[in-house]
Parts: sequence; structure tokens; C-alpha cells
Amino acid sequence: MTQQGVRWTADQVLAMAPDAASRKAGSKLGAAGPWSEAGSTDEGTVWGLCKGSGSKPYQTVIDIADAAGPAYKCSCPSRKFPCKHALGLLLLWAGGEGSVPPAPPPDWAEQWIKGRRQRAEDKRTAGASGSSTASGDPEAARRRAERRAVRVTAGATELEQRLADLLRGGLAGAEQAGYGLWEETAARMVDAQAPGLAARVRELGAIPASGPGWPVRLLEECALIHLLDQGWLRRERLPDALSDTVRSRIGLPASADGPPVRDRWLVLAQYDTADVKLTTRRIWLYGADSGRTALLLSYGAAGRAPELALPVGLALEAEVVAYPGAGQLRAALGEQFAPPEPTAIRPPGVTTAEATARYGEALRDDPWLDSVPVTLDRVVPTPDGDSWQLADADSDTALPLTPAARARPGLWHLVALSGGEPVKVFGECGHRGFTPLTAWPEGEGKAVRLC
Amino acid sequence: MNSPSVPADSPAPAAWEELVTAALLGTDRRTPPGSAPGREAPVALLDTAAVETVRRRAGLKPARAAQRPRPAPEDPRPALPPAAARRLAMLLADRPGGGGGRRGTAPDLMELLPQWLATANDRGFAPPPETLPALLDAARGRTDLRPAALTFAGPRAVWLARLNPDWRFALRATPGGGASLPHLDDPAEVQQLWQEGLFAERVALLSAIRSRGPAAARELLTTTWATERAEDRLMFLDSLRTGLGPDDEAFLEQALADRSRNVRATAAELLSALPGSALAARMAVRAAACVALDHTRDVPTITVEAPHECDAGMERDGVVAKAPAGRGERSWWFGQLVEAAPLGTWPGRLGGRTPGEIVALPVGDDWQGELHAAWCRAAVRQRDGEWARALLGSPAAPEAGGPGAVSLAERAKLLGTLGPAERAEWVAGFIATHGLSEAFQLLGVCAVPWSGPLGRAVVDALNIARDAGSYPWSFSGVMGLAERCLDPAEASRLDGLLAVPDEPEDASPGAGGYWAEAFQRLVTTLRLRAAMLDELEIPSPSGV
Repeated sequence: MTQQGVRWTADQVLAMAPDAASRKAGSKLGAAGPWSEAGSTDEGTVWGLCKGSGSKPYQTVIDIADAAGPAYKCSCPSRKFPCKHALGLLLLWAGGEGSVPPAPPPDWAEQWIKGRRQRAEDKRTAGASGSSTASGDPEAARRRAERRAVRVTAGATELEQRLADLLRGGLAGAEQAGYGLWEETAARMVDAQAPGLAARVRELGAIPASGPGWPVRLLEECALIHLLDQGWLRRERLPDALSDTVRSRIGLPASADGPPVRDRWLVLAQYDTADVKLTTRRIWLYGADSGRTALLLSYGAAGRAPELALPVGLALEAEVVAYPGAGQLRAALGEQFAPPEPTAIRPPGVTTAEATARYGEALRDDPWLDSVPVTLDRVVPTPDGDSWQLADADSDTALPLTPAARARPGLWHLVALSGGEPVKVFGECGHRGFTPLTAWPEGEGKAVRLC
Repeated sequence: MNSPSVPADSPAPAAWEELVTAALLGTDRRTPPGSAPGREAPVALLDTAAVETVRRRAGLKPARAAQRPRPAPEDPRPALPPAAARRLAMLLADRPGGGGGRRGTAPDLMELLPQWLATANDRGFAPPPETLPALLDAARGRTDLRPAALTFAGPRAVWLARLNPDWRFALRATPGGGASLPHLDDPAEVQQLWQEGLFAERVALLSAIRSRGPAAARELLTTTWATERAEDRLMFLDSLRTGLGPDDEAFLEQALADRSRNVRATAAELLSALPGSALAARMAVRAAACVALDHTRDVPTITVEAPHECDAGMERDGVVAKAPAGRGERSWWFGQLVEAAPLGTWPGRLGGRTPGEIVALPVGDDWQGELHAAWCRAAVRQRDGEWARALLGSPAAPEAGGPGAVSLAERAKLLGTLGPAERAEWVAGFIATHGLSEAFQLLGVCAVPWSGPLGRAVVDALNIARDAGSYPWSFSGVMGLAERCLDPAEASRLDGLLAVPDEPEDASPGAGGYWAEAFQRLVTTLRLRAAMLDELEIPSPSGV
């Protein structure tokens, strides 16, 4: 493969940035000025020296061709990952202005690359030869799982009691009780090692302040927690797949153990959500040959971007391994056979009516689903009073946007892209409405990120 | 209701309502509907609610479509080349306001946006639609960017601005409130807009017509002149500056009798810019009466006898009678007379001398400042290059940098009357003699990119300032200009300046490093500009 083939666009580089400040700082460094001795190889290694405030320039090296995603190393003290120097150097390289000419790598860059590739190779051979060593003593693991199940059962039983008390006294009382009640209950669920229940309970606390219609939303969410509790308490009587779904919703660990699916995976969307402790990154993939949609989740400590980054609009040849559970789309990225490359692939789309039907069907396997990933074909972003909807170009139906989607700047990118004409939109469709994540113009044109 | 729509086939919405009511009040007070016997009431309620919730969600159907927006008008311009589109996204992503402090070696991308937009507009490209929100935001934040940004953003941006109140300004800033101007060849359409349009629309219409045919605009204006409000008359009159010519004289003479003092003053100013006008001739007579050549001294000397009164005729011709505070009345009147008199008057009045010889003449009784300043204003107003040259003098003259008769601001205006090459040459000469500390204003009127000699003069002067050991931020204004205005082709010539020099003993501490950094940024910015311009090349049809 030629280097030109894997050369990224600036958009793709900037998609790697951990935050807006890094994006800006990286953009400024994406010019030849501060760089010296920059170079690259056809195998996808890029390096350079960047003049900083100190006397010694920073050494920055990036391995783009690594099958596990790009890897960065920089001698700067930044805790951001990738740092602004890595972003700047990639931008310089992406700009293709001849500032990063092909060259043999200098010693300091080559040592790191070689070391990395060696470690990756070791890991691969080790993983192939003895994967059972990782799980340790199976008997001990079984005992640990049993102990945990007992605690979760105790937690679920306690939560059922609390929900019953709440319904006995009435939801109206919940409005006065405020946040503290839920925080305390959530903490009890953390103690019970049921993080999925804890997260759901914590969200209950926000509902009474969420505006008109809150009693309906509160009842719905209480009922679904009740359903989850009951599912756990009766898990032996559930079909295996549904039981796995309940376990994953409760928050018990599982490992991706499905059969690997090799495909050309189009990166449909990548976005982060953050709370005080954790940044969660969601990456939606679409398999060009299998037609499957898969969700990759990765995590970073607060303020740091998760390491896995896949630029929207590219496709990569890779294996994807599903997690257990009925209707679960979560998967893990397995072996990558080539770095992400620009592609003309677009996912096939459906109408708005088909989208809601798809959500309805998905609830059969997983009644706790908030939304399903859907690509809508030929929809027109349409203002609807204070709100917006995506209206089918060819029929009289439409999906309202979720409140979160209406508040995002991406809405205006979508409206501008459409210009009142039909576009193709990928997003999440559920009971709150539709959240657009990526759009394509009707004719030619690349994917436009909306998140 | 938080769902996309009411589930169409929900069997019993009433049952759900009852369930919600029971949940709200509590099962102690209200028995929920459909309670299965043998189940505790709250649990039974949760059971039913869980089934209903999943049923309601599974039964969701799309909502009715609202009235779809009318599609945006077609943008016939070709799309930006991909590299240029990426560059634009990057320039737009660089928002100002990231903590102040030292500027470091990184270029200020936002400063390059005006140049990028100007080039893209010159070459007639259309923006990628998804960049329109950022373009509109940039235009909203910076009024100086607005015209170029809106021109580039094109018709779809105006369409978009109708949908978002944050961007209303784009509707106001675009002539015709976003609708394009009528076909100027269609008299009915023109008449209708002129009669019924908003003020801004009418100004835009008049300006557009004026730039195509001065007489047509004047005739259009004449049709409604008598009924326009004074502020509007002033603005309309001002639009006659474009393509001002002798044919406008009759109209302007009539405006000299206007009810509004501001309209009268503007009419007089415009007339005085027409050297052949009757007003100019009257002013010439008045001014000439004040200025004489005294041959009785050792060298011929100009003597000035300022007017003793401002009569009604002078006032009618636009002379403002009341002097501003701190100025003598007579010198105030005198300045206005000379400023409005055609410069062609003076060689005849002063012994057949050329402008250069006239400017060199001594002036008696401290009148030189007043007289030369008035000539400067006249040269600018009448766009007289020969007089401007004479008043500017030699750029290397010792007084050119000092507090001489002609201020830097006046020099900058005088330079504006010269051609770009001559302007650049004069400023280069000025910088070579006087350095950079006074040059900022003068550089501002030079054409971009700077000519070779001018660019070299600036870089040499920066280099000299560095060698003298001063700090680069004393020159940050000129540095910033150089980043935007130096010809990118000069970047390679600067390579020698990037090293940190040895510090001389009397230099400011650390200055060498800061200079290296400043030159670093200059070179980086120039390279970036060169890359920017390359990316905006119209792609060759054969491909690359």
C-alpha cells in the first residue's frame, strides 16, 4: 500500500483530539514552522522534532500502521493523549505539503517503533498459545461469581422493597424527597456490586426536575428497574440469551466471546460522554459485507480521551467479536488487518416508519433499550415549532429530534448540509426521539460528523 | 408526552392514565387498575406499568411531518478543492480568546481567515455546506470579516439564517434582506424596490446602480429627493462619491441649498472634489485672495492673510463658520478655503512654479503648518498625485519621520493617491531611513502582498532592531502586519533569522530567543499562507 493511500485528512486527525483545547493547539502546530527533522515512512511511521519553550525540542513519533490503532509517543510533559505535538505532526503530514518527506527514521524513533511492534507481536503469539492462563483458576472464579450473585440478589431485593415503598406512598412524594434519596439508594447498589442498577437509580433522581410529564417518565423508569430486578431474581427461568442481557444490564462483567466476524467496517460515528469519573466513548461500526451494526465502547479516566479512536467516514478491515446477550450490539475490536482508509461505502437506509418498527422489534430482545442505531434514507431536517424533526422526503411521516440533539451544534451542520433537500442520516432512534450522529448528502460527498 | 407520537394502536390509553394517577397518589390512597389478586398492590402496579411501558415504546409510530422548509437556492459556484475545504475548517476552528500572553511560535490562524476568504471569493468557490454554521458564527463575532464571509457563504447561508435567530444579522447585512437585488435592467422592479424597499435595501440598490451608470442613479435619486428624510438624503448623497463627475454638478449645486446642514456640507465637499465646478472656482478665488508671494524678502516667501469674516456666500459653499474649541476662527476658515480650492489654482498664483517648488517655498508668520495641511487634504480629496508627491517629499528627508508639517496620518492618506508601486517604494525608503517605529500607519496603506523592495526593507529593519538588542514586542504591530502582508515567496529569505543569536552585552536579557521565536512564527505563517493560496488554485481539468 502506498503512503498516499493511508494519508489521513485533517478532519480525521482532529477527530483523535481528546478535547477542544488540544484540537486548537494541535491545529496551530500543524504548520512547518516549529518542526524540524520531520519525516515519514511508507509503513506509516511519522516523526519530528518540535521546538517548545525549552531548549531541547520535543521528540514526537507516531505509528499509524499499528493494527491496534495509532500509537503516539512524545517527550513533552503533557498528560493529554494524544498530545498537541502528535496532533500537529499528524496534521502536517496530512497536509501533504512535503514538510514530512519520506526518510529513514532516526534512531530515537526507530527504537520506539521496533519495541512497540515487538511487544505487540509477543502479545499476539502469547494470546494464541495460551489464552486460558489469563482467567486463572476456574474454580476460584466460579466461587467469586457466586459470592457476587448473592450480593446482587440482596441488592435487587432491597431495591424492590424501596420501589414498593415509593409506589405505596406515591411518586408525588418523590418530588419533595429530592436527590438525596436516590443517591443513597444508588450507593447501596454500588455496594451490592450491581453498577447497572446503580446508574439507573441515579438517573431516577434527575427525573422529577426534568419538566412537564415527569411522573410518566418516573413511572416508566421505575417499572423498567422493577422488570430488571425481577429478571435477575428469576434469571434461571429465562432463556439463556435474555438471561445474558439481564446480567449485562445489571452490570456484571462479561467478555466478548462470540465468533469473530471479519468484515470491512465503516466507522459510522464516534462520540464521547463524560461524567466526573469516566469518559465513555461510543463508536458505531457498520459491516459492509455482513450488514451488521456493532458498538465499540472504550473508557478513559476523567479528562482523558479513551485510547481507541476511529475517524468517522473511514473503513477498516478487521475482526469484531460480539458480547453475549440477546439483541446486544456491543462488540470488541479484534485483529485489524489494515489501517482505516477513506471509503465510499454508505450504510443502506430505511424510512422513519421502518426505524420505529425496528426499535419496537429490538425491545422484544432487550426491553431496557433506549434506542437502536438506524440509518434514515431521504429525510429532510424540518423545523417544527420550537423543535426539529427529520421528515421523510417521500411520505408524510417524521421523527422528532431528541432534546439533546436539538441543543447540539451538529443540528446546524445537518440543516446546512441538507439545505431543505433530502439527506441520509445515521443516528439513534428510540422513545425519546431521534439523535442524528452522521449525515451524507444526497449526491456525492463525504460523511459529515454531527456529534 | 415524551414519545415521538402517541402509540396508534395502544389498546387502552385510559388504563395507562389511571396507572399514572395511582402511582402519583400512592397505592395506599388509590387502588391501581387491573391488580392481580395475591400480589401486593405496589408490586402489581409496577408489573402492569412495566408491561405497559414496553408496550407503549414498542408501539411507537412516527409523527406527522411538519411543513418542510423550502429548499435553499442553488449555489452555482464550483466546490472548494478538498485541501482548501480542510484548511477552511481549521481556520474556522481556531477561535480567538485562548488566553493572552506571549504569542509563541504558532501562527494566529484567525488572522489568516480574511486573506483566505478574499482569495476564495476572487476565485469564485462555494463553501462546503457543513461549514456554513461556523462561517456565520465567525461573521457574527467579527464585523470586519462579515462582508467577505457572507459573500463566500453565499445563498444557502441566507437560507440558513432565516432558521436561526442567532444569524439574523446575515439577513440585514445582505442587500435586499437576503433576497438578491432585482434585475437592474428591469425598470419596474427597480422602481418598486426604490419606492417600497427598506432603507438598507434602497442604499444597496442605489449603490449598485451608481457603479453601473452614474447618471441612472442620479436620476433615480432625483425622482424622490424632495420627499426623503434628512438622514436618508445624507446617505443617498454619499453614494454619489462613486463615479463622481462633472455631470453631477447641477444636482450637487442644488443640494447646497438643502435644509440640512450635513447635506449641504457633503454636497460642498463633493463639489470641491470636482476641480471644474463653479463651487471650486469660487473657492479658488477666495483662497487665492488669502495667499500671495512676497518678493521683497531675500528669498520669495508665501504670505498668508486669512479671511476676516465668514460671509453668507462662504457658508453656502460649505464653509463651517464656527471653529472647534481651541482653534482660531480665521485660520479655521482659511484652512477650509484652501482645502476646497482646486490645486490647479496655485502654480498660476505663485509665479508659475511646480507643486514641488511651491511646497519648498518658505511661508511667513508660522502659516506653513496650516497651509500645507490644507494642501494635503486638497490633494487627497482631489486625488492629485503630483501634489501628493510634493507634499510627501523625499522619504529619506530628515524631517519625514519627525514632527514635521505633515503628520503620519496625512502622509498615509497622501500615499493613498499614488499607485501601489510608488507607494511601496516610498514607504520602503522611509523605513530604510527612519526604521519601523513610525511606519505602522504607512504600511497599512500599502498593497498586499508587499512588493519585494518593501518586504525587504521591513525585514532588514526588523533585523536591525534585533541587532540593537530591543525586544520583539516593541514591534509586534509591524510583526503582525508582516505575517499577513509579506509575500509568502520571501519565507526562504528569512531562514537565516531563525537561529538564536549570541547576546551582545548591552542587549535586553533573553531578547535573542524571543526574536528567534517571532521570526519562527513569521516564517511559519508565510509558509501557511503559501500553502493556503496553493490549495485555492483552480484544479487543472486533467487532474494532478
